[in-house]
Amino acid sequence: MRNPLPITLLLEDGSTFTGRSFGHEGSIAGEVVFNTAMTGYPESLTDPSYRGQILVLTYPIVGNYGVPNEETENNLLRFFESDTLHISALVISDYSYEYSHWSAQKSLGEWLKQHRIPGIYGVDTRHITKLLREKGSMLGKVVFNNREPDFYDPNRENLVEKVSIRQKEVYGNGRYKILLIDCGVKYNIIRYLLERDTTIIRVPWDYDISREEYDGLFISNGPGDPKQCTATIQTLARAFESDKPIFGICLGNQLMALAAGADTYKLKYGHRSHNQPVLEVGTDKAYITSQNHGFAIDNRTLPESWEPLFINLNDQTNEGMKHVSKPFFSTQFHPEASGGPTDTAFLFDLFIENIKACRRDG
Amino acid sequence: MQEKIRKVVILGSGALKIGEAGEFDYSGSQALKALREEKIFTVLINPNIATVQTSEDVADRIYFLPVTPYFVGKVIEKERPDGILLAFGGQTALNCGVELHKSGLLERYHVKVLGTPVQAIIDTEDRELFVGKLNEINVKTPRSLAVTTVQGAQKAAGELGFPIIIRAAYTLGGQGSGFCYDMDELERMAAKAFSYSPQILIEESLKGWKEVEYEVVRDRFDNCITVCNMENFDPLGIHTGESIVVAPSQTLTNSEYHKLRKLSIEIIRHIGIVGECNVQYALDPASEDYRVIEVNARLSRSSALASKATGYPLAFVAAKLGLGYGLHQLRNSITRTTSAFFEPALDYIVCKIPRWDLNKFTGVSKLIDSSMKSVGEVMAIGRTFEEAIQKGLRMIGQGMHGFVGNNDLEISDIDTGLAEPTDMRIFVIEKALEQDYPIERIHELTRIDKWFLVKLKNIFNLKNELEKFHSLESLPDDLLRDAKRAGFSDFQIARVVMEGDVSENLLKVRAHRKKRNILPVVKQIDTLAAEYPAQTNYLYLTYSGSQHDITFYDDRRSVIVLGSGAYRIGSSVEFDWCGVNALKTINEAGYRSVMINYNPETVSTDYDVCDRLYFDELSFERVMDIHDLEAPRGMIISTGGQIPNNLAMRLHQQKVTILGTSPESIDNAENRHKFSMLLDRLGVDQPRWKELSSLSEIYDFVDEVGFPVLVRPSYVLSGAAMNVVSNREELEHFLTLAAKVSKQYPVVVSEFIEQAKEIEIDAVAMDGELFSYAISEHVEFAGVHSGDATMVFPPQKIYFETVRRIKKIARQIAFALNISGPFNMQFLAKDNDIKVIECNLRASRSMPFVSKVLKSNFIDQATRIMLKVPVEKPHKSIFDLDYIGCKAPQFSFSRLKKADPVLGVDMSSTGEVGCIGDTYYEAILKSMLSVGYTIPRKSILLSTGGMRSKVELVNSCRMLLEKGYQLYATHGTHEFLKLNGIESVDLAWPDEDKKPNVMDYLREKMIDLVINIPKDLSSHELSNDYSIRRSAVDFNIPLITNSRLASAFIYAFCKMDLEDIPIKSWEEY
Repeated sequence: MRNPLPITLLLEDGSTFTGRSFGHEGSIAGEVVFNTAMTGYPESLTDPSYRGQILVLTYPIVGNYGVPNEETENNLLRFFESDTLHISALVISDYSYEYSHWSAQKSLGEWLKQHRIPGIYGVDTRHITKLLREKGSMLGKVVFNNREPDFYDPNRENLVEKVSIRQKEVYGNGRYKILLIDCGVKYNIIRYLLERDTTIIRVPWDYDISREEYDGLFISNGPGDPKQCTATIQTLARAFESDKPIFGICLGNQLMALAAGADTYKLKYGHRSHNQPVLEVGTDKAYITSQNHGFAIDNRTLPESWEPLFINLNDQTNEGMKHVSKPFFSTQFHPEASGGPTDTAFLFDLFIENIKACRRDG
Repeated sequence: MQEKIRKVVILGSGALKIGEAGEFDYSGSQALKALREEKIFTVLINPNIATVQTSEDVADRIYFLPVTPYFVGKVIEKERPDGILLAFGGQTALNCGVELHKSGLLERYHVKVLGTPVQAIIDTEDRELFVGKLNEINVKTPRSLAVTTVQGAQKAAGELGFPIIIRAAYTLGGQGSGFCYDMDELERMAAKAFSYSPQILIEESLKGWKEVEYEVVRDRFDNCITVCNMENFDPLGIHTGESIVVAPSQTLTNSEYHKLRKLSIEIIRHIGIVGECNVQYALDPASEDYRVIEVNARLSRSSALASKATGYPLAFVAAKLGLGYGLHQLRNSITRTTSAFFEPALDYIVCKIPRWDLNKFTGVSKLIDSSMKSVGEVMAIGRTFEEAIQKGLRMIGQGMHGFVGNNDLEISDIDTGLAEPTDMRIFVIEKALEQDYPIERIHELTRIDKWFLVKLKNIFNLKNELEKFHSLESLPDDLLRDAKRAGFSDFQIARVVMEGDVSENLLKVRAHRKKRNILPVVKQIDTLAAEYPAQTNYLYLTYSGSQHDITFYDDRRSVIVLGSGAYRIGSSVEFDWCGVNALKTINEAGYRSVMINYNPETVSTDYDVCDRLYFDELSFERVMDIHDLEAPRGMIISTGGQIPNNLAMRLHQQKVTILGTSPESIDNAENRHKFSMLLDRLGVDQPRWKELSSLSEIYDFVDEVGFPVLVRPSYVLSGAAMNVVSNREELEHFLTLAAKVSKQYPVVVSEFIEQAKEIEIDAVAMDGELFSYAISEHVEFAGVHSGDATMVFPPQKIYFETVRRIKKIARQIAFALNISGPFNMQFLAKDNDIKVIECNLRASRSMPFVSKVLKSNFIDQATRIMLKVPVEKPHKSIFDLDYIGCKAPQFSFSRLKKADPVLGVDMSSTGEVGCIGDTYYEAILKSMLSVGYTIPRKSILLSTGGMRSKVELVNSCRMLLEKGYQLYATHGTHEFLKLNGIESVDLAWPDEDKKPNVMDYLREKMIDLVINIPKDLSSHELSNDYSIRRSAVDFNIPLITNSRLASAFIYAFCKMDLEDIPIKSWEEY
């Protein structure tokens, strides 16, 4: 029999949950959030938007299909959303030590250890989730061997700076030139764009884009409070002056809103799941979306030139917006999926259509 | 909303049968609820009188008529509805709807098909159209060739290469389907498949691929969701109804999950479904390659399972979508605040396990494959796979305690047991682990994904770990907790850790656990994994948790009702009706109703019908866990059949308040010995009987009473392991079999009275006084299990004196046992002698039938009596009825390859119908037509058994001749008919090398009805008779094996034609 060591999750409100360690044997602090997706842990763990967060998975049985290999395609890891793990720690109910899948190369536990990320299993994740739901997202720490770090609030930092690319990088050689402002971009965004005959110029979050030639501008997802990214907001405000198509996802949606003069706020416990229903405003078209965000646009603060594009059917929060006359739109959810449903992938086509139309006109 | 729909016809699925069971009572009930919420007048056609949907508060108007194009057409003609729902009554309703559409009747009467258009149904049902349709959107299906002849099949197999799979189009759950490995097998199976369908498919075999299903919903705005996906534990090759299934999928990556999800949505859009469908996939275990196996354009067993697995009411929503709603316009019925347009996030795993009853049949093959044989299923919920599977294996109710800790499993050849799956395969895996088989080897033989096998190994390892300890005191808390998290019961722990009597030790385990604070927690199924607050009452228990989701009131204002568990032969939808009615009355009486049950096919496990639903085990341990938390006013155990009944004494010993009749009385009735003494004391007659203690005693007893005798063990449900033996050799043979069934209880031998009428009384008593009752008679003579018998109520052919005496005996028993609640007794009547043969102090199978025919709800009365709330004594009696009810059994022999379709004291029917008629023969005819008999067109084959039955059928044969029927007969019958001046064509026996041969006539379908009466009551039949019966079943020709029933049926269809049958709804009687 295995003899895993005890490890504890301690929440800001004093609740403690002691389970067993299956990852890196160490302590760490961060913001505790939960995700209700039932698949896709390799994708989630490498999603830069989770930077600084201790992730609780509500699906209880995790690790089943192991962790895939590190094959690359177009200079991007094929099976992951970035080059490294971004979560601070992982909290689950039941861990599958033995995995089974043709694409697997190692176990989840081995992977966590390799990247020095603590993992806890054997705790009541539903209990933790309910605490977070009732009290809102909380700070927390993972304590191993009585080494207790101080609480740490990642939202007070500019997390984007930590996950954004350092230097400009170019992918593909397609017809349409996309300038991608990387605030912590998920690789599937790049993959989806590349599938649509594009060349991607991926630049850092605070890059001066005025010298770049492009057909369309893309603002990526990313971690933390959007208000920390003042440089990007300024860049966007300038880009709005032009008529070139813009598409933003998640943090990109919030940054565009801030650049347009609207306000954002922190949700009580965010949306992190693969089953968020959104409705295209003014239609009967509804979509299931993948989401991962803690902040949202306040719809009431949208300036006249912008209108909501999607709303959340569960809680009526903003799920996207568009400019009333220019080809600018953004979504709070993740049309690039990975993980999650692919229902809204057509929005990438819409972006390319906007570029085509803009080229024809221009 | 589209144009105004005011009246809608909804088709049920008829009698429960293999492949079409209680799930359609659930889906139909949900659909009816959805319609009635919209103030639409609902007209239900379903002859299954035991269902919940055929209750006056569920549908506005009910026709107990066959779900066939003829009868449905007649109802439409009479009712003139605006719309019809076809998707809620299984394949029966769907096929009927397609026929009505094709015949133009729906159009003629301007009846709109609500939801999925008929063309979409046809596109999914006809394989060629289906494949073509999916090809249009580049979705892969197995390479397959449609053929219409056996020669065509051989040619196709040559092209594809063996192994191949044969599929018959338009059939229920894979009927006529199977794998073939060579030409001989192909020839045989193709011939059989053609008897079900004019077209069959020869397909590439994908054996060993993963099987994955998606439940998909689409509204008229083209919005789509997949409510649930499910993964089969057993790889492709085993029918999904025969597989252990988990939800959600466990071994699929995000990319695989969403690839198949995306395809599902593309498919549902392209086919144009409005409502619900399921898509079944084969997924390559070594790549992302896939094939679409099947699309069911209707609610299905899987959709019922998915509804229960997720809390998403698929049938309810599908019905609303059929009326024109969009998904985004509906609310999530669990949270009540969020949208119905969402996909449930589970934070638990469910495990479905089929329940087989193959031991009930003679000669049936135990191998499980691509056609369905299971008669029911269970769903277990847990937060580890180990917990769910162990719960599930106990729920199945075949005497297993989980994956480990079981006794007496003799498996002769493990390799074969792994490679050739039977109903016992999972236990063969356990044996293999015991024999140190590596996971890799088990995987090679079974092709079951290693993830599942490793999890099973975890359970096995935990057992080994537990075995290192020899007392509870030495057992570390952590290990005990781990064992409970992995689904170990107190029984298993007691058996592995402790010495001595397990049933006593498990109480010690329980006490120890409580002391060490190792207790289960109650969790909610809330569809959103706790993301949003939900007031849901849909609950389960788990050991993977530190906090209850709900609070307990401790106010003694709740009443727990125990459900009936998995549907099985002898216990099915009738007990669900009883349970649901008990819950309703509890609510009406101002108490909170609590249900414990784990059968996903039921209405009682719909969280809408009670205040709290514990979807969990009906084991002593789990019931006690829930009882401890709920602290109810009491528990009702008499509406759930034998499972709760068997718990009575043990619960009573733990000071649980059992409402109604006391558990001691139950024991006095259940224990044959005690009951017999009671009868003796009361001076009530019974067949002579004795308990077996040695063989010689038995022989002495048999010498005294003479053969035939009935042999059975105590505490039986539906006559398990009960048999009639006619001679010493059979007796010896049977005793060895019976002893295997139950070692704890002795075997009982009783005299068997031939040519006796069997009469039943269903009754309710209050404080020992008969409160209400219904007496019914069997058409068949005693010797046919009461569940297989055709029952007539009120009785038509018994003496008034007999009725009076039966009533008197019932009064005496009710008084002697101080009954408060439902009970049922069975009697033999012969030459004015009445003998008691059975007494159950609980609701019986016929309770819904008599309640509905009498229009007096026995369960409502019984529940009021048990709750001690005011109850009105019904004033109606059976003499007031000017109509007749007839209950007829439904058999599923066609599903059970090689099983001998003969009736005996052991029950073999899987369902029943109940119809009402103005005359005896009308009721018989309606009910027989409802279970699949047809009025023969021209040719009838007779093989009428022994002299007694031959004589009995003489008049019937004469009637047939007069009606212009052509009679065919085997030699003896032919001679006998000739002697009586009745003309018939002499056909040679199957084993004779002579023409004309009976087998040719059956194969060529030149016979419309087969009447084959076995010669004696033993199960050992001459192979010729067996061949005739089996061929009749395999070639889909109606078969009757009982002379009394044959004669009733013949009289009925000779006296009235189809057109003479009045189309009357329940309320018109």
